[in-house]
Amino acid sequence: MLYFLLLFSALGAFWLLLSGHWHNQLLLALGAASALLAAWVGVRMERRDTGAYSLGMLLRLPRYLAWLVAAIVRANIDVVNRIWYPDTHPIHPVAGRLPSSQGTDLGKTIYANSITLTPGTVAIEIGDDDVFVHALTREGFDELAAGEMDRRVTWAEGGRR
Amino acid sequence: MTALLADLLSLPLFIGGVFLGISGAVGVIRLPDFYTRLHAAGVTDTLSAGMILTAMMIQAGFTLVTVKLLLILIFLWYTSPVASHALARAAVHTGVPLPPQTDDERGQGDASSSN
Amino acid sequence: MFAAAAIGILVVMGLALVRAFLGPTVCDRILAVNMLGTKTVLLIAVLGFLGGRPDFLDIAIAYALINFIGVIAVLKFVERIGDSRSSPRPEDF
Repeated sequence: MLYFLLLFSALGAFWLLLSGHWHNQLLLALGAASALLAAWVGVRMERRDTGAYSLGMLLRLPRYLAWLVAAIVRANIDVVNRIWYPDTHPIHPVAGRLPSSQGTDLGKTIYANSITLTPGTVAIEIGDDDVFVHALTREGFDELAAGEMDRRVTWAEGGRR
Repeated sequence: MTALLADLLSLPLFIGGVFLGISGAVGVIRLPDFYTRLHAAGVTDTLSAGMILTAMMIQAGFTLVTVKLLLILIFLWYTSPVASHALARAAVHTGVPLPPQTDDERGQGDASSSN
Repeated sequence: MFAAAAIGILVVMGLALVRAFLGPTVCDRILAVNMLGTKTVLLIAVLGFLGGRPDFLDIAIAYALINFIGVIAVLKFVERIGDSRSSPRPEDF
């Protein structure tokens, strides 16, 4: 029920921002109706992992996202160097499994998406407690294997349940 | 005055975004195999799009337009890893050869076939 | 400035099309088309600014979503075909 209310208010705010109709009452009512319908469908679809969302996670996520954006910028510079200067910055692709320590599906999704979002590393398969990763360089793979991103995602998620 | 400031702030962002986009596209053309091209495409999807959209946000100022640009940015940054992941998965399933595993000797990765 | 950005994005789209023509695997083509779609979203937004019509942003949002869903649908199809052949699966590695 709490999840439904959260989803409904988020969708309502989303509708308001996209449409920009604040005054016309008929349109507002239609927007509320569509948000209600979408929230109902969403709750029906997503039975499984709704307990993973928590207020603490919402508060911790911005700090993780700031770190992630910095990591993305660094990875972008590295990959661009490797594209323009193949002689001084050679590529040597590797693939392999890496452990992941997140407890929930949501945490695993955030971790895998973060891996893929940083250029130079792509998550191919997600297992129960490992991720199959392809990396453009050995260094990128080793940096990921050092586990800083993994620790930060687990921290943002709120630790193992 | 503020328009000039906005121009000064957004011009380097536009230049950087377009440069990163061209870098990524060049990478997609000249890198040797599918998985490495995937990384190059990641450059255009993440920072290039982010910089161009941020430049437009600065131009728009505090309006509803900025919110919409921010939403486009969130969509792109949310969907691009999912699309990359699906691409990599489909490539593995259709039999595009993977590079050597981590326990192998290093330095033989770019021996994979290009056209 | 917006015109220059639009031309830059068009150059990127042209380079992506080169990869889409070259192939060699179907995944390379889908990668290029996906990239083309992302750049199209940016191009629509820039053109909206260029013409002074911020309504274009709604089209850009819709295009971003449709592009994503289209790519995922095509990939499902490709993956199904790949599975029906005897190809190595990631579990084998």
